[in-house]
Amino acid sequence: MVRHSPKIIFLLAVVSIIAGVLLREPSQVFDQAIRICLSCIGIG
Amino acid sequence: MKQRISQILSALLYNSYIYGFIVGTIYQGNLKFLNCPGFNCYSCPSAIFACPIGILQFFTAYGAYHLTLYTLGFLGAIGTVGGRIICGWGCPFGLLQDLLFKIKAPKLKIPSFLYPGRYVTLILLVFIIPYVTKEPWFSKLCPIGTLEAGIAHILYNADLRQFIGTIFAIKIIILAGFLAWMIVSKRPFCRTTCPLGAIYSLFNRISFLRVTVDKNRCIKCGKCHNNCPVSIKVYENGGATSQCIRCLRCTDCPVGAISYSFKLTR
Repeated sequence: MVRHSPKIIFLLAVVSIIAGVLLREPSQVFDQAIRICLSCIGIG
Repeated sequence: MKQRISQILSALLYNSYIYGFIVGTIYQGNLKFLNCPGFNCYSCPSAIFACPIGILQFFTAYGAYHLTLYTLGFLGAIGTVGGRIICGWGCPFGLLQDLLFKIKAPKLKIPSFLYPGRYVTLILLVFIIPYVTKEPWFSKLCPIGTLEAGIAHILYNADLRQFIGTIFAIKIIILAGFLAWMIVSKRPFCRTTCPLGAIYSLFNRISFLRVTVDKNRCIKCGKCHNNCPVSIKVYENGGATSQCIRCLRCTDCPVGAISYSFKLTR
């Protein structure tokens, strides 16, 4: 029996990316990632 | 050899803003909205992508709905295609661990009860504690951040040195502990702690890329086990185990019992 679950999960992942883009998440990622993360370097 | 080249090229790609190390700042260009598939701190002066674990914590702590569909979808897409293939072929910290393990020293096995630690790290330090405290606690303790960003920024920026405190000392101790562990054990961070590997490993059982063992052909010579960078007994467990990092070294089998395939269905 052939199961299609990997394809369906991949499709869900792509839909999730598109939903995130529509919700303007990439710009929030950008705003966060261009700042030096003080927690990452151990002083925040 | 191909795996090593891929690891090196990935590390160079993720850290291609070499100018950042010259001037002591971080890259602020247009690529920073993209997630890095491997573990690479976005505060590293040379990093050109965002660290997905840092982003997950940021959204958990401060996001409007405490999740990021964009980053989770990105990790899910990669995981569905290759499972933990990024751990094997495209993670700078994986490369560091592979190289440090080559140092001649007494070697130690990692007890299997530590394996679920990466899920504990993911759930507690990336999701629950940042949600409750509004602080990115994995980043505060992350040894990769210390190695790639913390040490560099403290060296470059005199103003930051006055803020060094207990957390920085703890981070250095954690980093030193992992570096020492990497010399004596195979990929300890990947196997016991890495939250990014924990996410990818959820997809190992269903990924398009899969490793299969023909048990009728297998002569249990143990070559696959010896070659495996995470010490899997491939001939017993196959490639669907959550520990498998899809490096495919095990497919160098003397009787051709282990193979990999890429199928869109199961």
